[in-house]
Amino acid sequence: MKTNPAKEHILKFLAKGIRFDGRKLLEYRNIKVETGFTECAEGSAKVTMGDTEILAGVKMGMETPYPDTADQGNLMVNAELRPMANPRFEQGPPGEEAIELARVIDRGIRESKAIDTKKLCVKKGEKAWGVIIDLVPLNAAGNLFDAGALAALVALKNAKFPKLKEDGTIDYTQSTNEKLPIQKEPIEVTVSKIGPYFIVDPTPDEEKLVEARLTVAITKDNKLCAVQKGGCEALSIEEIDTMVGIAQDKAKELRKLI
Amino acid sequence: MTATRVDGRKNDELRPMQAKVGVIKNADGSAMFQMGRTTAYAAVYGPRDLYPKFKQDPERGILRCEYNMMPFSGHGERVRPGGGRRSKEISMVTTNALMPVINLEDVPNSVIDVFIEFPQTDAGTRCAGITAAAMALADAGVEMKGLVMALSVGILDDQIIVDINGTEDCELEATDVPMAYIPVLDKFSLLQIDGDLTREQLKKILELGRQKCLDIYEVQKNALKQKYAEKVKP
Repeated sequence: MKTNPAKEHILKFLAKGIRFDGRKLLEYRNIKVETGFTECAEGSAKVTMGDTEILAGVKMGMETPYPDTADQGNLMVNAELRPMANPRFEQGPPGEEAIELARVIDRGIRESKAIDTKKLCVKKGEKAWGVIIDLVPLNAAGNLFDAGALAALVALKNAKFPKLKEDGTIDYTQSTNEKLPIQKEPIEVTVSKIGPYFIVDPTPDEEKLVEARLTVAITKDNKLCAVQKGGCEALSIEEIDTMVGIAQDKAKELRKLI
Repeated sequence: MTATRVDGRKNDELRPMQAKVGVIKNADGSAMFQMGRTTAYAAVYGPRDLYPKFKQDPERGILRCEYNMMPFSGHGERVRPGGGRRSKEISMVTTNALMPVINLEDVPNSVIDVFIEFPQTDAGTRCAGITAAAMALADAGVEMKGLVMALSVGILDDQIIVDINGTEDCELEATDVPMAYIPVLDKFSLLQIDGDLTREQLKKILELGRQKCLDIYEVQKNALKQKYAEKVKP
């Protein structure tokens, strides 16, 4: 069987309960949450998690509701993994990494019903607010899922509607004091498995060795609202249960930051 | 006539500037430059091998700049990602503005990538981008003849004004003359004009622009010194 020296090395460390940067297995890097880095967005947040820095900006526009949800506004999450943030990222349309990131964060917000989309409807079947959250890392250095989801939630929380004029168009130069109808606040925690060990908030070096990961979106009442299993290895019931438990514990920690 | 501008500045007054070098850890060199409410980030990767290999030039390296506005960085509606004709052209003129100070013969077969991104904008983005990019290239240790900085000077109601903001550019439709200046060569490496003006006015604009660019130059130098001063602290 082929051996991977990097993996053997990290497993020795993890067995002792430590990581290369001195953290414990279930310890996040330093996290900093800032709001309002851009005056051009209706809401914005920047999350720093170790060396990872990610921006989230919320833009709102007037759209036609989809026919199957005629009484609701639209919600979309998009991620731009620009080549500025990591030498691995390439120019061009979003690749599978960016799409998975955007969709996993989208599901956490959508499935928890974080936003009451019915309140975004201005006129049934004709006009509704569309809310777009764009995630752009400045420096991508591991765990974009958790950092991005946190940035998205904080940006949504500080977003304010622009002024809707009588003719139905938007005056972006005037902000109202009205906030988005937020009813749930999902936090995403990704638990990664290397050998028999579980860790959170992997660095890029650790991410290369992760066999399986579980991203769990958790609401304040400790319920799960979205899950994504990633990585090439399969997980047992016991492993999944353990990972969900870790995610619930860690979500409580992250929630204190917002 | 008392010339006060929409934001209360004098005609020859730049917006407040901020600059910081080494803001993106993954990059070989990086910088942030803020002029009023326009914020530019520039990251340099390289010199690195150029792929596909047939694009390599054994005589000289290639400088490749990319200008991009983040989706939430525009005034008004969201900027659709993916770029367009505007960002293609600005990327090209940015590359041209930086080329005269870089010795590409020193890095054959290589590419120096410069990525310029904007989280928020209020006119003058190409200028702020060039100013940030020059600092990022210096931070990356790319051998340069000198720094480049850029500024937009214009005409509004027959008055020459420096560092046009978004309101002056879009609502008041000022004549806009973005320029990039290279102090060590005493030459301009970017010049565009949007709007009408006379030959005499252009000369005055260039002279005033050159003088004001030197203020930006100081901000650039201070930011670079600050990073490296921190590095040598005992």
